[in-house]
Amino acid sequence: MDRDCTSSLVEQVREASARRLPLRIVGGDTKRFYGRAVEGTALATHEHSGILRHDPAELVLTARGGTPLAEIEAALASKGQRLPFEPPHFGPGATLGGTVACGLSGPARAWSGPLRDFVLGVRVLTGDGRVLRFGGEVMKNVAGYDVARLMAGSLGILGVLLDVSLKVLPLPSGERTLALEMDDAAALARLAELARSALPLSAGSWIDGRAYLRFEGSDATLDEVQRRIGGELVPDARGFWASLREQTHPFFVGDAPLWRCTVPPLAPRLSLAGTPLIEWNGLQRWYRCPPGVTAFEAAAAVGGHATLFRHAPVGVDVFSPLPPAMLRLHHALKREFDPAGILNPGRLYADL
Amino acid sequence: MTPDPALVSELTSALGADAVLVSAEACAPFECDALNTQRHRPDVVALPRSPGQVMAVLNACRRHATPVVARGAGTGLSGGALPVPGGVLLVLSRLNRIIEIDPARRIARVEPGVTNLEISQAAAPDGLYYAPDPSSQVACTIGGNVAENSGGVHCLKHGLTVHNLLEVRVATIEGDWLTLGSASGEAPGLALLPLFTGSEGMLGVTVEATVQLKPLPERVELVMAAFGDVRRCADAVGRIIAAGIVPAGLEMMDAPAIRAAEAFVHCGYPTDAAALLLCELDGLNHDVQRELGAVQALLHECGATSSRVATDAAERLRMWSGRKSAFPAVGRLAPDYFCMDGTIPRRHLADVLERIGEMSRAAGLPVANVFHAGDGNLHPLILFDAGQPGEVERAEHLGAEILELCVAVGGTVTGEHGVGVEKLGPMCTQFGAAELEAFHALKRAFDPGGLLNPGKAIPTLARCADYGAMRVHGGKLPFAHLPRF
Repeated sequence: MDRDCTSSLVEQVREASARRLPLRIVGGDTKRFYGRAVEGTALATHEHSGILRHDPAELVLTARGGTPLAEIEAALASKGQRLPFEPPHFGPGATLGGTVACGLSGPARAWSGPLRDFVLGVRVLTGDGRVLRFGGEVMKNVAGYDVARLMAGSLGILGVLLDVSLKVLPLPSGERTLALEMDDAAALARLAELARSALPLSAGSWIDGRAYLRFEGSDATLDEVQRRIGGELVPDARGFWASLREQTHPFFVGDAPLWRCTVPPLAPRLSLAGTPLIEWNGLQRWYRCPPGVTAFEAAAAVGGHATLFRHAPVGVDVFSPLPPAMLRLHHALKREFDPAGILNPGRLYADL
Repeated sequence: MTPDPALVSELTSALGADAVLVSAEACAPFECDALNTQRHRPDVVALPRSPGQVMAVLNACRRHATPVVARGAGTGLSGGALPVPGGVLLVLSRLNRIIEIDPARRIARVEPGVTNLEISQAAAPDGLYYAPDPSSQVACTIGGNVAENSGGVHCLKHGLTVHNLLEVRVATIEGDWLTLGSASGEAPGLALLPLFTGSEGMLGVTVEATVQLKPLPERVELVMAAFGDVRRCADAVGRIIAAGIVPAGLEMMDAPAIRAAEAFVHCGYPTDAAALLLCELDGLNHDVQRELGAVQALLHECGATSSRVATDAAERLRMWSGRKSAFPAVGRLAPDYFCMDGTIPRRHLADVLERIGEMSRAAGLPVANVFHAGDGNLHPLILFDAGQPGEVERAEHLGAEILELCVAVGGTVTGEHGVGVEKLGPMCTQFGAAELEAFHALKRAFDPGGLLNPGKAIPTLARCADYGAMRVHGGKLPFAHLPRF
């Protein structure tokens, strides 16, 4: 459903700002688990919906924040294109605004780059009711500070995403996923080695004693890759990668806290109990830890960061702590975009 | 202006006497960057050798409430490193160490004064390279690349600086060290690394950068095609991309640029063509083969009058040499030129070039166009003679008109050269007062005293009011409600 709800959203934010009432921004409500819990009145964005522009020859799509991600992906696929960062939906109602605000990328992240790389422009509603436009609909644009990319992963604490312009790319001509038996240490070495080769490794993960390698390209390329790599062709590869992206794989089932650790290439095994699920050629590692255990120190010990992604007790910090100077900067930016502190307060860090 | 003796003595004791320049002769080489129509001899030049010394300079400037401008190699085209009166010029060229090239992790960690090309050269033995390749890559430094979010001819496929940067270590004017981004590419909190990238030295000073290296492609092919009219060439660009092909480079030149380049470097360009397209494909052997066939067929369909595939690396370099020397080649046609840097949605290309031609004729000043066609980044080169009364003003006026046209069709006033001091006026046509105020607020969060590179990148509202007064369009005066100073 195409509908411009800008004026209604502005009115709701201005009223909340005047009364200093916290707002919890809700798109499809598919990622409520992510970040710290927010107490506040729901500001629903899903009715502010619709694809505004998509010219395949420009490789740019612009849509309203409430547009369903599924609608965008279908529109792109119909023209042979895709969102290169393969975002997770985590539910049927996922919206573009929520996707960009959470800044999460899927299995293709290590190949194509993170979501923020593809943000070209935004129209954003600030906490005091200003509607501002940053960036644009062109690939190269260095006029003014890059506030558009600042919105990627900001979890709504700086503004409500009204419209977003993204760079999109053509679908590959083909994909093939190969599985090889090996342990996690061997997989980390193999994935890093493949990532530095010229082979088109579009996703690389490891789970339950098997490395899964997805390649993309022409049939001739894929045939050659398969000859060089060996391994077993994974039959329902699409389903497998979707089960990682959407966290429907058995690894993700159950209520044990789910930790996401992002670490530098070739980082060794983390000092955490349990076997991880490895993604992004080793850069992203998932752990299920008993309640009370935190992964912040283990990730920091190898130069990485951790997020308590799901099943966090209320009130605890879920993101790696920021150094004091960084935290001060976050507060300074928050004050400029949301002086009354009403947008998703505390979702990223307490008091922010 | 005489520098503050207390500040100079503080800098001297922190950096050593040979690292602080105050004499007119010593400071003169730093009076401008590549935008050499604007000059100001700095009062003090500081040449630190370490991150600690960079911080010492910033701390001293803060204590003395003295503005400070960071500079790399001074190759910037928009005046971003132009010294400001009464300020310190912080020159980072002595921080020029490659700290590490780690081929297994595909990263390079470097100090800001390392040149762009040095990184690729250092990584080449391991089969890796650093993808962004601004035309000044032999001289420009990575610190400047971060400040400008530099691009190059391979951006469409391989990204800008922001896409190839993992982490920067920043010294702030408040005396803090910040680490933005991380070696994994993911960092907690707000996405400050992309915000910092391209911020033109307004938010902090880069003292170390970690960049991503890429594997050298297995195969590279370059196709050159000539067209009898610009519209057909522009159409070919759109058709190639719509066909699902993302070339590594897709460059277009118009007739004046083709002829100037051929006369300058004799690279075999067809001088009777109205437009020339260079399309570079890279990747795995089979994929490049398939794309090459598809591109050749599309070029034929779009009415290319001739097309040619470079037979070897030497011919490929020769074909590129014309494009890469287009600025100096065009520069030979007139005593002076301005290089514009607008970006437009590609579908408007033919109309925009036609309109620029009309503006050029009306202004009586020739314009040659080179164009990063793949990503819509247009470089009209306006030829003029500063020695002729009124020509500088006419050229500036024409440049502003061209940038306004870029904004009007949904583009931007700068794709890769930055705003600096050069495009402060045109920024007023692209952004409204509310966005400009937000930019100023954002700077305050990093630099409450407004000491870092003051007066650059973001125009004041007062300046926009003046700019509006000079340039009334359709009876609408931008910022009419603002006071003028």
